[in-house]
Amino acid sequence: MDRADIESKMTELLVSELGLEKEKINPGASFEEDLEVDSLGVVELLMALEDEFGVKIPDEEAEELLTVGQAIDLVEKKLAG
Amino acid sequence: MHQAERRVVVTGLGTINPLADTIDGTWKALLDGESGIGPITQFDTTELKTKIAGEVTNFDSELFMPLRESRRLDRFSQLFVGASQLAFDHSGLKIRDDDDPLVGRAGVMAGVGFGGMVSFISQLDVLRERGPSRVSPLTIPMIIPNEAAGLASMRFNMQGPVSCVVTACAASAHAIGDAAEIIKRGTADVMLAGGAEAANCEFSMAAFNQAKALSTRNDDPASASRPFDRDRDGFVMSEGAAVLVLEERSHALERGANVYGELIGYGMSSDAYHVTLPRPGGAGAARAMTNAIEDAGIEPAQIDYINAHGTSTSANDATETVAIKLALGEAAGSAVISSTKSMTGHLLGAAGALESLVCLQAIATDVVPPTINLDNPDPECDLDYVPNEAREVEVKYAMTNSFGFGGHNVSLVFASGA
Repeated sequence: MDRADIESKMTELLVSELGLEKEKINPGASFEEDLEVDSLGVVELLMALEDEFGVKIPDEEAEELLTVGQAIDLVEKKLAG
Repeated sequence: MHQAERRVVVTGLGTINPLADTIDGTWKALLDGESGIGPITQFDTTELKTKIAGEVTNFDSELFMPLRESRRLDRFSQLFVGASQLAFDHSGLKIRDDDDPLVGRAGVMAGVGFGGMVSFISQLDVLRERGPSRVSPLTIPMIIPNEAAGLASMRFNMQGPVSCVVTACAASAHAIGDAAEIIKRGTADVMLAGGAEAANCEFSMAAFNQAKALSTRNDDPASASRPFDRDRDGFVMSEGAAVLVLEERSHALERGANVYGELIGYGMSSDAYHVTLPRPGGAGAARAMTNAIEDAGIEPAQIDYINAHGTSTSANDATETVAIKLALGEAAGSAVISSTKSMTGHLLGAAGALESLVCLQAIATDVVPPTINLDNPDPECDLDYVPNEAREVEVKYAMTNSFGFGGHNVSLVFASGA
């Protein structure tokens, strides 16, 4: 799976799982400020990412995720290895 | 204004129930004697004794809130917010921003029987099947009963008194009475008061079936809820919400609001007897009615219409009949009484609010809805329960009864006029 695939799956999840508007989602968007995703929403997203990509994201790493791009980076890194 | 002079009027009504999602639609169905009960479509009933219920089949939460909000709420909260929106719009009130003086003077009181039972069960399944790390972070706000009131306060920016009553099938009657007390003592000028329930599921119905509480008349759903009839065999579970806008009278008159009636009496009591059964002899329920009539400052004979609790269970309907006789004395014989649960089914925590709305419509139109399916009156239920046909009656004072598991009894008295 390449980065573009991850990004498009991530966008799908943010729309289907969190009810966000697709137009607002881009790698530079911040969860808290641009997308208004609260702490509960971040947990929902992480669960969805783990299910979708079959990866494990420990709480310490999850806490550092501030933007959509950082979430894509993390999934890419996990899938690589 | 001196506290004793504060009076509470109703300036908005909203409901979403199995009959309709408008006041006019609900009222027409009730006067036509239409049943909202049908075969259950929301879950598998193969193993259940009861396969019928009242369902809100066309509810679209996105009419009332964006998807990203509604998907975080259990259905009972969605229904409460929806009915609140309808009632608030009906009242013509607006709260603009935090500088609006009404912000701190407006509140919410929601009556809920179960809360988010369906979310509770589904997340428990997730825990058992997939482990703790898969349980939704939204589980707690979805299941706690007070979130309906909390969500409505957020939706309408009401930052005054906001709370929740959880007294089973008496909950929303308590909520309306308690909200009125808050306005009377001067803590708020406007309260959204009512209730919501969405507890139809395999688990709750299995549990009620085990308690022998539900009708099993699966082959004829429309005739299953038959209060005061000899052949009644239990209540029919239903879902929905109903909300009243309660407003301090001078506040309402100054803004030229439409006034649909005044809440003049609130009485409550406890049976202190049994977890589910009413106290034999009806003294507990009678005390709630007497307290409400005395609070209203009228005589029992002045009550023109009673919307009975009338659940269609063997125990309730016979005991309520005795209780009405105790409370009204000689006037019981000429009292005009009906149970609209014969048509709506039992909305549990939301029932008292929906039935308050029925009382206000009876006051507004001078027509009372019937008790349908009352084909062979139980000799123990020998009052005028308005069988099967709506009736024109001049209604100045109307009382509604709500009784809940745990022994809670509540009566509310509404009056016409501003």
